[in-house]
Amino acid sequence: MARWTRRAVIATGVAAGGLLAVGVGIRRVALSESLAPLVAADGEQVFHISLTLAPDNGVTAIVPHAEMGQGVHTSLAMMLADELDADWEKVSVREAPATRDYANYALARGYLLGERDVPGFLLPTVDGFFLAATRFEALQITGGSLSVRTTGRYAMRIAGAAAREMLVTAAADAWAVPRAELLTRRGELLHAPSGRRARYADFAERAAALPEPPAPRLKAPDEFTLMGTSPPRLDVPPKVDGTARFGIDVALPGMRYAAVRAAPVFGARVDSIATESVQDLPGVRRVVDLGDAVAVVADGYWQAEQALRQLDVRFTASGNESVDQDDIYRRFADSLERAAADDAFTTDLRRGDAPGRLAAGGRLVSAEYRVPYLAHATMEPMNCTAVVADGRCELWLGTQNPLGFAKDVAGALDLDIDDVRVHNQYLGGGFGRRAFPDFAIQAARIAREAGTPVKLIWSREEDMRHDHYRQANVSRFRALLDDTGRPQAWENSYVDKHDPEEAPHIPYAIENQLIRFVESPTHVPWGFWRSVDHSLHAFFTESFIDELAVAAGQDPYRYRRALLAGEPRFRAVLDLAAERSGWDRPLPAGHGRGIAIHRSFGTIVAQVVEATVEDGRPRVQRVVCAVDAGFAVHPDGLRAQMESGIVYGLTAALYGEISIRGGAVRQGNFHDYPMLRIDESPLIETHIVDGGGPLGGAGEPGTPAIAPALANAVYAATGIRVRELPFARHDLSRPERPGRDIA
Amino acid sequence: MVTLTVNGESHVLDVDPRTPLLWVLREQLALTGTKFGCGIAQCGACTVHLDGQPVRACVTPVAAAEGRRVRTIEDLAAGGRLHPLQQAWIDEQVPQCGYCQSGQLMAAAALLETNPDPDDEEIDAALRGNICRCGTYQRIRRGVRRAARALAAGEQDDG
Repeated sequence: MARWTRRAVIATGVAAGGLLAVGVGIRRVALSESLAPLVAADGEQVFHISLTLAPDNGVTAIVPHAEMGQGVHTSLAMMLADELDADWEKVSVREAPATRDYANYALARGYLLGERDVPGFLLPTVDGFFLAATRFEALQITGGSLSVRTTGRYAMRIAGAAAREMLVTAAADAWAVPRAELLTRRGELLHAPSGRRARYADFAERAAALPEPPAPRLKAPDEFTLMGTSPPRLDVPPKVDGTARFGIDVALPGMRYAAVRAAPVFGARVDSIATESVQDLPGVRRVVDLGDAVAVVADGYWQAEQALRQLDVRFTASGNESVDQDDIYRRFADSLERAAADDAFTTDLRRGDAPGRLAAGGRLVSAEYRVPYLAHATMEPMNCTAVVADGRCELWLGTQNPLGFAKDVAGALDLDIDDVRVHNQYLGGGFGRRAFPDFAIQAARIAREAGTPVKLIWSREEDMRHDHYRQANVSRFRALLDDTGRPQAWENSYVDKHDPEEAPHIPYAIENQLIRFVESPTHVPWGFWRSVDHSLHAFFTESFIDELAVAAGQDPYRYRRALLAGEPRFRAVLDLAAERSGWDRPLPAGHGRGIAIHRSFGTIVAQVVEATVEDGRPRVQRVVCAVDAGFAVHPDGLRAQMESGIVYGLTAALYGEISIRGGAVRQGNFHDYPMLRIDESPLIETHIVDGGGPLGGAGEPGTPAIAPALANAVYAATGIRVRELPFARHDLSRPERPGRDIA
Repeated sequence: MVTLTVNGESHVLDVDPRTPLLWVLREQLALTGTKFGCGIAQCGACTVHLDGQPVRACVTPVAAAEGRRVRTIEDLAAGGRLHPLQQAWIDEQVPQCGYCQSGQLMAAAALLETNPDPDDEEIDAALRGNICRCGTYQRIRRGVRRAARALAAGEQDDG
């Protein structure tokens, strides 16, 4: 239990007030001999948990985060290498093993130091840092656009700086010169007065034996040599020749393949399985009853899937068999009406007296918006390869929380977490989906029953019908405008809040605000979906502010601008997007421009969409995006994430709709859950503002603003206000105004 | 038994002739660069060349590939030198998660074989069957154009 004791000391240090400030970021691997074989190759000196230095002067950054295309392996390695003054050409990256030593202590630390926009779903775990450190131990998550903001800021930079100081001390001692006379550059130590120089590797062993500095000095931005530049991403070369290994590509000797089908209606169970209907089919080895799902194990995946299709399975009734999408929307409306009648809302934000102002009368504007459930539809369907033997379990898969998965699989198999080893691979898309361990638990249970290694692959249909969905929602607004058209009161009521907490908040200076919600639970499983609650609330709030501008007879950009007088960073981002879009330049007939701005995960993003309507459907011609993430660690990576977030959000705005029929998800594959394709993909230009202040996230903030920017552009082009997503529901060539009947 | 020629090598395989080519490549031949995405030819992640034509391996029975040349992403780099598209993909930093990119590259390679200088509309038409959830589409367009320029320059050098 040595490790446990050490952790307890660290936790106590934090609780005692601020003592954590250094030690935790640079815990030495020497304290945990079990770790060295996992992270260090022969001859490598393990400096601390984040860094090894090899005899050839190669630096390996060890990062406790999953690579799913967001470029985090590169960005985190850059942050470490910059502080270390390493030679970037000799820097490589390795993903940390899923052991408790690599739990996301930096994330907890970021939270403790005031990163209040840590997603709510993490708070119980992070609070557990004080209350029950066991839960914190199993946190190794990549999500919430947090990796650079927390691990980068509170672990990688500190680790690099500390290692650099230790190397300097070791060289200064050996050469008997003052530390202050030593310089470091590109992996070398230089002593100008004597002309001596040495490679880091020459002093690695002596430096690694030194005590770690309590407070290594971090560089000021004007000293950065790597941060703020855009070196090619380290994970790109294997992604152009087929060698990048994703979870689905793992192969083990003697491995069999499994296909699975869960009860279509959430909450239903397996009633009976006619195993004999498939047991004689070629390659079929076994049928496994998982309680709420059935799996077929075969010699090949196609054989398993074919057999599963022929398998006669009956499921029990869950009581949700008659629920349709309209029932769900009706339930939301009922919840809102009952909460209004019974005064049963939970207050999200109250400022001034919005109900009082609204009751006093004046120019009232009201609207209701709604959004459907959404699936993640990662390109790589859920899959996991598992082997269970001798009271141990090993898993190969792509996950956004390796340690959390280990804990959950251990729980399902009644094993100790230390007896479950997770080998994380590249993720073929995550977007929040790969934070849920359902498929890994299934694989482990099937492998235990099969007695051989098993690769479980979900069909696309299974992936779409058993996701953890972005919630459907209904949001109602009332606002009061004064004689100049300026809003005096803003009231917003919606259902089903998740997180982040501030998602429905607006940056505008409106004196009286009441934002409130009422829970209206359904049987559809909820999950984090790129930008989480921001993905819906930005559509609601940025559509409604646009409607206020229209009601006030004012230009939507300038209307927002006037309300952002006290928010200089918002204003700078809004102005930049408007200016680069040529906001005031006249457009051809039938074209419209729409603007939206939203802050999420510490990053402010404004987008201007230029759209037309063709055959009743919007066509996006161009998107201009301005982004302020505080400081862009890897500007091209930030641009890439804006492009990605925009396409993800635009896909949802145009097409995304998961609907419930008979209690189950109706859609199943890309023919009925369509994706934006290259021929509909707009030109996207991204402009970066380094606004200073704390680092913001990159992976998610590009998504929220695009749906309202599009809706506002369509209004500008056609006079039709779309209040319900997706656009595919509406024929914009018809004269009536979609959404009007809903309000 | 099915006889299959993949990336210039001949294999005799004991598989059900109805098995989709995708699973034979991945499971029997360990060529995992070709990906499973949808199983119904909707996403393009499994795109390979069959006698130079791009096809969806997830709906191509292995029997239909007998006697024809199958080419996968693993064979796109000739003689250890990256295909101009692969180099362009690195130069333009195209991939994000990377899962769809084998299919994107194989579809783009087939396009350049028949149209060495495609414009954006032609690129869109050739690649609209390939979904990318990370939204790398505009970088894919840039990558194809860059590779086309490199090919043209290479031919001039050779001439």
